[in-house]
Amino acid sequence: MSCAFLSVNIAQPNPLTSNRHSTNAIKLFSPSFLGSTRKLRPHSLSKSLPSPSKSLRSSVFAVSDVVKELKSNLLITKEEGLELYEDMILGRAFEDMCAQMYYRGKMFGFVHLYNGQEAVSTGFIKLLRKDDCVVSTYRDHVHALSKGVPARAVMSELFGKTTGCCRGQGGSMHMFDKEHNVLGGFAFIGEGIPVATGAAFTSLYKRYVLKEADSDAVTLAFFGDGTCNNGQFYECLNMAALWKLPIVFVVENNLWAIGMSHLRATSDPEIWKKGPAFGMSGVHVDGMDVLKVREVAKEAILRARRGEGPTLVECETYRFRGHSLADPDELRDPDEKAHYANRDPITALKKYMIENKLVNESELKAIEKKIDEVVEDAVEFADESPLPPRSQLLENVFADPKGFGIAPDGTYRCEDPKFTQGTAHV
Amino acid sequence: MAAIFQGIGTTASLSTSNSFDSKRFQFPSRRSYLSERKGNLFVMRSEGRIIGGSKGRGTSPLVTSAVASKAESSSTSTASKPGHELLLFEALREGLEEEMIRDPTVCVMGEDVGHYGGSYKVTKGLAEKYGDLRVLDTPIAENSFTGMAIGAAMTGLRPVVEGMNMGFLLLAFNQISNNCGMLHYTSGGQFKIPVVIRGPGGVGRQLGAEHSQRLESYFQSIPGIQMVACSTPYNAKGLMKAAIRSENPVILFEHVLLYNLKERIPDEEYVLSLEEAEMVRPGEHVTILTYSRMRYHVMQAAKTLVNKGYDPEVIDIRSLKPFDLYTIGNSVKKTHRVLIVEECMRTGGIGASLTAAINENFHDYLDAPIVCLSSQDVPTPYAGTLEEWTVVQPAQIVTAVEQLCR
Repeated sequence: MSCAFLSVNIAQPNPLTSNRHSTNAIKLFSPSFLGSTRKLRPHSLSKSLPSPSKSLRSSVFAVSDVVKELKSNLLITKEEGLELYEDMILGRAFEDMCAQMYYRGKMFGFVHLYNGQEAVSTGFIKLLRKDDCVVSTYRDHVHALSKGVPARAVMSELFGKTTGCCRGQGGSMHMFDKEHNVLGGFAFIGEGIPVATGAAFTSLYKRYVLKEADSDAVTLAFFGDGTCNNGQFYECLNMAALWKLPIVFVVENNLWAIGMSHLRATSDPEIWKKGPAFGMSGVHVDGMDVLKVREVAKEAILRARRGEGPTLVECETYRFRGHSLADPDELRDPDEKAHYANRDPITALKKYMIENKLVNESELKAIEKKIDEVVEDAVEFADESPLPPRSQLLENVFADPKGFGIAPDGTYRCEDPKFTQGTAHV
Repeated sequence: MAAIFQGIGTTASLSTSNSFDSKRFQFPSRRSYLSERKGNLFVMRSEGRIIGGSKGRGTSPLVTSAVASKAESSSTSTASKPGHELLLFEALREGLEEEMIRDPTVCVMGEDVGHYGGSYKVTKGLAEKYGDLRVLDTPIAENSFTGMAIGAAMTGLRPVVEGMNMGFLLLAFNQISNNCGMLHYTSGGQFKIPVVIRGPGGVGRQLGAEHSQRLESYFQSIPGIQMVACSTPYNAKGLMKAAIRSENPVILFEHVLLYNLKERIPDEEYVLSLEEAEMVRPGEHVTILTYSRMRYHVMQAAKTLVNKGYDPEVIDIRSLKPFDLYTIGNSVKKTHRVLIVEECMRTGGIGASLTAAINENFHDYLDAPIVCLSSQDVPTPYAGTLEEWTVVQPAQIVTAVEQLCR
């Protein structure tokens, strides 16, 4: 599969903000910025295994002004490297612990693990601010963790305890956190993309209608290859490009939608090409390499923050486990699994950092130990947390509980003590 | 367009019943009496109490203080003002615009709401005043722009989504059911979804099956949403304002044939309660529960019934989900006979749910089984005669009451 950056000059002005009532001048896509992305050449997708350090030094070159002039020709500093490593180790260790806990009967239902895809989550989300939003699908534990949701809150949620980030009401597929702007967690694929589009719309609205000049929060929408055949995906690509919403569409193409191979489901499997069809940049990147993902992400997030519109980023990645813990994973070719296992993003980053003398083994070991403790602590916390009491049953059905209506005796039903006890019938 | 002009025809015959209603409306149900007394701003609420809820995370009491002070400063006397006359769609627009002025996060999204002014002109003129971003013309992608409204609501805006025809919202069912209704719950109360989804529905004048759908029956099972149906300019404006101010997702059902109803509404600001029913005509013999356009068929039948010596009590339930069991219950306890007249389909419609609710709660007070007149379970035909026979007509209502009161 060849890959390239395809950028398109968008000639039409933003229809929303360029009407006669708008006082803001609209910057059109300036060719020079687009020119910079052409220099950012991602690694070509070949079956051979390139060594990250060699290829990165020679071909990836970021021009955007956010990337400081590096004294060395390395892509990351030591601090950044350690941060990325820690985040990926957290994702991996957490998911492994989830599997253990599931088989021990501590969590139930559908649990979808992220092993192998950590580079995408870490590469993108570690570049975000706290007020930027993340929207995901059911494979959302690691997105929540990368965004900053405490491991304790996520683990408790998985155990169904009341201390979970959603009070135990959401579960594995519905991770929400208002403080860290994690907007879910959706069980139906494609369902979260419009929500992400809405969050980006709010950011634009705040800037141009509420006149909050510093409103430049970016939204990231994560979803898979299967979603890219869904109508909501295309509808949102259209709207985001049309209104130049500050959003980045991140496709985690792990080639499989449960048991459906991407190639069997898609007429043109190169998803990044669908971006230019809507007038936005389409980018393909090696999703098993966190540094490459990070470079692409910087570009895309900056573009969104500047108000220059959305980007479609296709990350070629792979999930080491089955679709969910209930999936026997018999359809995938063992050779394919082995090939990607050799490109484990954590091993790749470790190799890069050690070869470039950014860190030594002991520092990485210390991180791994620390994360082990964090995950153990999360499990302990979740274990000890209480289950939701009956009184919690009806509390969050409505934001305004008057929505339960008026009882035969004239009072609002929510005033009935049975409501706070959770024993009322609704 | 044909629907609107036909609507004007019906307006003429309904105008008398309209004034009849508005006079009767000030009748002594506790709530309306209280509000009438207050004169200036009044918020229709059960027994005038403010419910301060702190149930669960993120609930907030109904905001009235800001509005009250505004009205008090503007009105001088408690004498009833003459008010101003307008059509229902103008009342909706007035309510919407007042809320947009009051709260800059209120925005409108939908197909042709901006430059076109809305397919039934509810949003006419708003885009010129508030800009293309605030009154957003969306592409034809109901599921996605409804989802977008939900995402915007989660992050701080208060969108009003217009379905060009309610039937189109079937395409948005995924978002309405999964995200609109459920997100507040699955997020553990962290995110609220204060959207209003509105649009014209109901059986019009020969619009064909797909444009004549009644979606209230499909949406009523979704937990976490509220549904209201407006029927007069007065309650249209009040419900629109209440729906926008509500922290819950609200679906506001309007009817294609009612947009040209004319009524005189108060000048001063008012907000109606989303959960309350409206007493249209108090009576003694039978309770007739209805909503939206069927209210007018019922009132027409009521004239005939009065001439025949019956005294029907007509209640416009307005709140389709949840039901106002207080008003309905009081009525049942008084008359002991219930007739439900609705435009929804027979199977699984609002009437079916209402029948179940009344049977469950007020079974002891009933002297006769509840009679429910609904539209036939037929895709609405194009032909005028056939269409007429799918919908409940006043003559059927008269017959039903006569049978019920035997």
